[in-house]
Amino acid sequence: MAFSAKHISKKIQSKTESLLEARDFVGTAARRFGFSEEEAANIMLAVDEACTNIIKHAYRFAPDKEIEIEIVEGKESFEIRMYDSGAQFNPDAIRPPDLKEHLGHFRRGGLGVYLMKKLMDKVEYKFQPGKRNEVRLVKYRSNAA
Amino acid sequence: MSDFKVHQRDGEDVSVIELKGYLDAHTAPDLENAFQKLLTEKKYNIVVNCRDLSYISSAGLGVFMAYVEDVRNNKGDIKLSNMSPKVYNVFDLLGFPILYEIYKDEKEAVVKFHGAQTK
Repeated sequence: MAFSAKHISKKIQSKTESLLEARDFVGTAARRFGFSEEEAANIMLAVDEACTNIIKHAYRFAPDKEIEIEIVEGKESFEIRMYDSGAQFNPDAIRPPDLKEHLGHFRRGGLGVYLMKKLMDKVEYKFQPGKRNEVRLVKYRSNAA
Repeated sequence: MSDFKVHQRDGEDVSVIELKGYLDAHTAPDLENAFQKLLTEKKYNIVVNCRDLSYISSAGLGVFMAYVEDVRNNKGDIKLSNMSPKVYNVFDLLGFPILYEIYKDEKEAVVKFHGAQTK
């Protein structure tokens, strides 16, 4: 029988109060998928960072917008896709070019994008101005047999 | 609903702030307020006890970044203690142990301030 990926999704409001809800939703799915507590915690943190960036940069703190979080569970991959209809933002512009230099000057911001890349196997962005933007995070099973 | 709490405890020359719960973009302003209050009170010897801190995101780490320069310019420091391995991991990923003194126990961190003053 062919394997078909499992999709689940949830909509949250574009306010920082919703971050807890986003983390819980993703954490529960990640544990059920078979990730360890540590891996699930890392995935939750990456999703928190992605949603925080959407709230801050795409919606500029407008609290009445929506973020859709879709989880696609493949055989070996766990994908989280986050959709918004806000402004396009350049993730490279908020990424510190050199972390040491960045930290040396005690600048804040930009750390989230760096963390996402450290925590996940893949971080991708798709922007469709006027339609919807997508951030896609992928984590592969670490103990793939 | 509050999922984050900050509690300030003042010693003779060191102030300890205890963090409890989840520190993210939603609750980071509470920590900012706590640092702001310490600066207003001219308390620059600060130990942040993370024993009951369950979670931290970059928004929380950003608060430490925002205040440490001011504190150090006033001959003080922000030292951290009692981190769970999970919370330490996030600090470590961002290279914070190079920039901040992190101790296993609050007492160790407090004693370091006393050492600095007797020099």
